[in-house]
Amino acid sequence: MENLKIALLFILVVFLILITGFVQSWNTALLILNMGLISAIMSLGVNIQWGFAGLFNVGIMGFVALGGLAAVLVSAPPVYESWSVGGIRIIGAIVFGIFVIVTIGLWIKKIVNSRQKFWGALILAIAGFFIYRTIFDTGVVAVEAVNPASTGYLGGLGLPILVAWPIGGLLAAGAAWVIGKTALGLRSDYLAIATLGIAEIIIAIIKNEDWLARGVKNVIGLPRPAPYEIDLQQNDKFVNTANSIGIDPVTASTLYVKLIYAGLFSIVLIVIFILAQRALHSPWGRMMRAIRDNEVAAEAMGKNVTGRHLQIFILGSAICGIAGAMMTTLDSQLTPGTYQPLRYTFLIWVMVIVGGSGNNLGAVLGGFIIWFLWVQVEPIGQFLMLILTSGLAEDSALKLHLMDSVAHMRLLTMGILLLLVLRFSPRGLIPEK
Amino acid sequence: MDLLNALIVFSNFVFIPALAYGSQLALGALGVTLIYGILRFSNFAHGDTMAFGAMMTVLATWWLQGMGVSLGPFPTAILALPFGIVVCSLFILATDRVVYRFYRKQKAKPVILVIVSMGIMFIMNGLVRFIIGPNDQRFADGERFIISVREFKQLTGLREGLAFKTTQGITIITAVLVVLILFWFLNKTRTGKSMRAYSDNEDLALLSGINPEKVVTVTWLIVAALATVAGTLYGLDKSFKPFVYFQLLLPIFASAIVGGLGNPIGAIAGGFIVAFSEVTITYAWKKVLKYSLPESFEPTSLMQLLSTDYKFAVSFVILVVVLLFRPTGLFRGKAF
Repeated sequence: MENLKIALLFILVVFLILITGFVQSWNTALLILNMGLISAIMSLGVNIQWGFAGLFNVGIMGFVALGGLAAVLVSAPPVYESWSVGGIRIIGAIVFGIFVIVTIGLWIKKIVNSRQKFWGALILAIAGFFIYRTIFDTGVVAVEAVNPASTGYLGGLGLPILVAWPIGGLLAAGAAWVIGKTALGLRSDYLAIATLGIAEIIIAIIKNEDWLARGVKNVIGLPRPAPYEIDLQQNDKFVNTANSIGIDPVTASTLYVKLIYAGLFSIVLIVIFILAQRALHSPWGRMMRAIRDNEVAAEAMGKNVTGRHLQIFILGSAICGIAGAMMTTLDSQLTPGTYQPLRYTFLIWVMVIVGGSGNNLGAVLGGFIIWFLWVQVEPIGQFLMLILTSGLAEDSALKLHLMDSVAHMRLLTMGILLLLVLRFSPRGLIPEK
Repeated sequence: MDLLNALIVFSNFVFIPALAYGSQLALGALGVTLIYGILRFSNFAHGDTMAFGAMMTVLATWWLQGMGVSLGPFPTAILALPFGIVVCSLFILATDRVVYRFYRKQKAKPVILVIVSMGIMFIMNGLVRFIIGPNDQRFADGERFIISVREFKQLTGLREGLAFKTTQGITIITAVLVVLILFWFLNKTRTGKSMRAYSDNEDLALLSGINPEKVVTVTWLIVAALATVAGTLYGLDKSFKPFVYFQLLLPIFASAIVGGLGNPIGAIAGGFIVAFSEVTITYAWKKVLKYSLPESFEPTSLMQLLSTDYKFAVSFVILVVVLLFRPTGLFRGKAF
């Protein structure tokens, strides 16, 4: 019975995407599928943290953005001139900064006298900060002056973009380690606020440090793991095949590229899903749930609660980082201005809660269904609004305003959906076993 | 050296703006802290409640302006404020009846309530964008300055001017009034005392015959009023933009936690601590130092510790430091 329900729900997803294909266009359907796959991965990451261990992370946006940053750092072509004028200096400044922080840490650890400890650390921090800024600022000015219209940043390593996916995970994991070290072990509300803050800071850094990834000037035209549509359209073999199936070669090329992405994303999703599933049913997974359900009892049994929390916080964040890198690959550009918490943090939460927290299949299902709604609420709303306002004159101010506002229906819908699920089916569509 | 001019520059760019911003944060943090104290969860929808209340005030202001009503030198928004408060209260009470009460009856875990408040956040955010749109809205009118830079220079003959905006003055005065009323209410009235009792020890309060539903209702009413006032003041001082209110959530929570969650005095102190740190750390000190140091020490750079884009980082760092060294907050909230 349970399995039948799960199967029906997934068939529903397939059905929804097929309908989109037939009614709207196959390009739209594949776009929804691709972002749905990415959403499902993000939702798995959050499910690992919240569903397995009960960690309340609302900084998902930050980890997703770090993944995107990794895509730029790995795959963008290097800008050699930037490196020669100031790149070394910037890296040097950062190394120096880390050195100062480590020194302060050691100072605090080693010095016993509390007055010496405080003043020494303060002086080290202030002196270190000013020296750092002096080295750093000159480097930044030099780098950002290098052909600012098209580069003005350090560039990346010029490696294939697929390499960026695991690197994005690593970058997010590193950030998660730092955050987890400070904020885990506090009450859950505090972890929430701390992660909310760190996400805003990560976005602020990516937006403002132009030397890193061009900030709001965006890095565009990242290399792709799939061929370009225009090349396919000039490839005789491809055009002939398309014609023989009876599809217009231009449409065929866009569909073909999207299918390649869908294939790549599916592989990642399946691998992560299998790993998450194995983890859930392993002794480690049982321990996590034991900690989630009763921290005190788990601690009494000799489990290192804070250590395990840190572990799972890093794992979940890394998965979000991978998904972030994949998303930037799909867009082949990094646009820091588009990262907004409602879309990249809270929407993922809706996916997990609606799908069923604690259940990996539920998280994946939630990712697909919620993403589908997020995209399709607007056209559906437009349609409904046209019917609702059909009695009004074509140029009435109310009608125009309502039609304009339809775009914001999706937030309202998500809120109502979340509340309904929490109220009437608090364990989600596919509850935890 | 010219310390007087240095002081004027300091007041103009740091002290007065931080005072106004701090008042807005304090009002916001009071709302968060009251909900935490009485209903025992962190309300993620608070930023959007502020936006909702402010939006209602903006709409009423436009209507009043359209009718030709004005307060002379004061912004019309002050007349519209009661309307905003009433509508916001009604909406908030409706969410309590329809949504929150169910979980209260169930004695749901606080974290569930936080997730529920995320749902409310989506709905309010959507409503605000739906009704007024996502763009900047101007609704301030009346006299712009209590004293403008030029008037100040003429008056004192100093080289630097001091501008004191009407909105800043109104923000500070309103905040003081609101806080006085709130504390009078909490400390002197029967309902206020029962709220404090309920916050201190729920079981004991219930035992002594305090009606929990009444306490919760009054709390939501106060929170709606505080949020509307804070949101309107912020909108008057800067401008009304729905998305900005969501971003205020972080400094507001930082203020409440720094002061000690659940402690009203702490929330006010926290608001000013966060505001002053944000402004002082992101302000370019060159001009102040130019006046206050001997000529040979005059700084060549801007002397700005962090660019203003990183103001969130400031509230965040304060938050983390307090959490690490004094998790209950400076004024011993009820965090543990």
